[in-house]
Amino acid sequence: MGYLRFFWRQLTSMRTALFLLLLLAIAAVPGSLFPQRSSDPNGVSLYFTNNKDLAPVLDKLQLFDVYSSAWFSAIYLLLFISLIGCVIPRTAFHLKALRSKPPRTPARLDRLAAFSAFEIAPGQLDAASAPITATSTVEAARQNLRKSGYRVQLFENRGPDGPEFSVSAERGYLRETGNLIFHTALIGILLAVGIGGGFGYTGQKVLVVGQAFANVRISFDSFNPGRFFNDNQLQPYRLVVDDFTAKYEKENLNAFGQPIDYTLKVTTYEGSGGAKKQVLKVNSPLEIGGNQVYLLGNGYAPFVTVKDPTGKVVFSEKVPFLPQDANLTSLGIVKIADGLSSQVGMRALLYPTAVKDSAGASASNNPDLYNPELALVVYKGDLGIDKGVPTSSYSLNTDKMTEIAGPGIDAATIRLKPGETATIPGGLGSVTFENAAPKSDAKNLQLSVPRFVSLDVHRDPTQGWVLFFAILVLGGLLTSLFIPRRRVWVKVIEASDGRLRLEYAGLARGEDPGLDAAVADIAARHSQQLGLKLTS
Amino acid sequence: MTSDNLAFYSLVAIYSAMGVYLFAFIAFTLDLARRSAAAPAVAEAIPAARVGQLTSAGSVTTIERPLVAEVPPAGRASSRFERVAYALTALGWVLHAAGTVLRGVAAHRVPWANMFEFSLTASAIIVGVFVFVQVWQNLKWLGAYITGFALIVLGFGTVGFYVNVVPLPPALQSYWLVIHVFVASLGTAFFAIGAGLSLAQLVQVRREANRFSGLTFLDTVPNAEKLENLAYRVIVVGFVFWTFTLIAGAIWAEHAWGRYWGWDTKEVWTFIIWTIFAGYIHARATRGWRGSRSSWLAIVGFGAVMFNFTIVNLFFKGLHTYSGL
Repeated sequence: MGYLRFFWRQLTSMRTALFLLLLLAIAAVPGSLFPQRSSDPNGVSLYFTNNKDLAPVLDKLQLFDVYSSAWFSAIYLLLFISLIGCVIPRTAFHLKALRSKPPRTPARLDRLAAFSAFEIAPGQLDAASAPITATSTVEAARQNLRKSGYRVQLFENRGPDGPEFSVSAERGYLRETGNLIFHTALIGILLAVGIGGGFGYTGQKVLVVGQAFANVRISFDSFNPGRFFNDNQLQPYRLVVDDFTAKYEKENLNAFGQPIDYTLKVTTYEGSGGAKKQVLKVNSPLEIGGNQVYLLGNGYAPFVTVKDPTGKVVFSEKVPFLPQDANLTSLGIVKIADGLSSQVGMRALLYPTAVKDSAGASASNNPDLYNPELALVVYKGDLGIDKGVPTSSYSLNTDKMTEIAGPGIDAATIRLKPGETATIPGGLGSVTFENAAPKSDAKNLQLSVPRFVSLDVHRDPTQGWVLFFAILVLGGLLTSLFIPRRRVWVKVIEASDGRLRLEYAGLARGEDPGLDAAVADIAARHSQQLGLKLTS
Repeated sequence: MTSDNLAFYSLVAIYSAMGVYLFAFIAFTLDLARRSAAAPAVAEAIPAARVGQLTSAGSVTTIERPLVAEVPPAGRASSRFERVAYALTALGWVLHAAGTVLRGVAAHRVPWANMFEFSLTASAIIVGVFVFVQVWQNLKWLGAYITGFALIVLGFGTVGFYVNVVPLPPALQSYWLVIHVFVASLGTAFFAIGAGLSLAQLVQVRREANRFSGLTFLDTVPNAEKLENLAYRVIVVGFVFWTFTLIAGAIWAEHAWGRYWGWDTKEVWTFIIWTIFAGYIHARATRGWRGSRSSWLAIVGFGAVMFNFTIVNLFFKGLHTYSGL
């Protein structure tokens, strides 16, 4: 038991809190040095590929999940336990202090900071021509201090030099209140974040313009629920992507082709409310059904049609391509499992504004559609998707396939402009890069390739609470740092010959650079009120 | 006037400011040298008991002690170098501020959207705080540190980080850019001055312990305890700004990236800095941690701020990729 108490006392000491705080700062560093699964999963897999021996060791040490690792959690949990162990007794103490009177005036004020004293000869009159007595002097001081926001208490006792009348005053209780609010609000943030993570979820969805999305679990491309999530928390709503426009800089040559605006127009259907047109931008998410829907990415989804040799359509889709660079050179995969005499896979690159570089290789020099070109490398064989093993729609496994059009073989890479068709070598059929522009505007290249958007859908039930506690943190910090807490005493000693000795002193409780000035000010105002004037 | 012209004039103003700061730096350094050469000021004795009298209705009583029990600052007239240096700093700052504002006008937005612009604004705030803080406290002896620091920041900014005026990418098109980044640079400015004071405190402590007798100009600056208190008061203001930066950044991240906190590298370092300075404030209330140890924390904290601004911006992968480089 004694051992436990010792441990508890150590944990809640300021020294331990400081140590844990600095340890937390150091422990957070590795998370910025190594890619983290939470924020950069691709970086983690890349790290594993590049450092085959080191990566598993680092992974054992949880260096790719620093902020959910056992050791990081241990530090902040210990810190918060230490914090709670500090806040609770301090709150109890402060509540008592709030109800109690200022303490008894110390016997010797001259030992305190900001001490000053002077004497008044017997029989003086104050400004209102009333005689200055010990009690009237103390009463004036009491009123003064009360007016300045001090809590006051009068004391009277016999000192060595005669009767002593004093006022004990204290102010700045708000400093400790702010301090406790600050620390309690930090605990609040931690709890709110934890609960929010448990009950919330995030989901991602890629939508080509024209497609719709319903808020049910299976319609997400990926879905990350919290620990306590259940499907009933998904409120029913639906949204349709009407239009997406990306604007790129055209005038400023220093920034030519840099994106300057993304605007997504959607129609939403929620409950019985009917259709509602809404606009999303990068910095203005959509609020719907307790969710926030964010526009996080976009790209091109070329419209590709594949026909068999008889002209029967076996594939016709707008395929989202992943942007590879700032000029939106985009990589996409087309997989045709059925309908042709062999399974066919295509690895395709879209160049929105195709140019040849000096080596003769294709590249894009603008993210906008000025000269779109689709380059297809075609494989036939086994796509490896029949065994029911899930594969990514953004990658093509060519282990059991042979290249039938592309670099290094006789049949060259298939290159298509919007609206063009080419035959697939080997008599497999044909592939068309459809021009998606409406018939009436078929020459408008800007409309020839459809676009997709990638949406993040979030629900975080405690987000508002986190903000609330964050504001309390800031408010508590301001009051706890800038409101001075101080005690001030004014003592009047009545000597046997009628002289009055006035003493002033103050005591800082916490940082208080203004204490001396404050006590001097109290003394000056007090003497002014008594009709005494300072001359030098 | 075209945007390119304005950007050019902005750069001219910045280069001019750097020239003026250079002379200010030299003059401040000469002033420090003079302070060293001057005979050490004899600390004035605390005024004796009878310094004043109270009159009341004709009769006279005596005060036993001065009402303000503070030692008056060592009566030292400012040197000509110091006055020249301060005037030059103020002039340089006007040019610096004008250049920064012109850059904003050229770009039709706030001048802190990439590393170059951030170096202009943050250093302008640092010098601005130094220029105006003199009303509150005479900290002119910090002038060499401040102008030297501003010169280094502007030098790196113009040579290393310069980018032409370009429009804002969609993720930065938010009023939070105005608030979040500006308050971050305010915090940076206060931390910079706090670090300078803490550095002086460290040296002063060693001098007071008679560890060495050089750097006699330190006789003319406040003692170690006063320096520590000044540093604390400045850093506490920086800490409030930094806390606000963190919260405002989280609100903005929620709007732009769909989460208020995601341990992005920049968020990690902002958190680390916040934690270090939280430690600094607690150190002041921990026995054995006042004085030099807390000064070290303040310096390490400001080092982390600089690390966050340079190394994290340039070499770490993350969402805050707005250096423009």
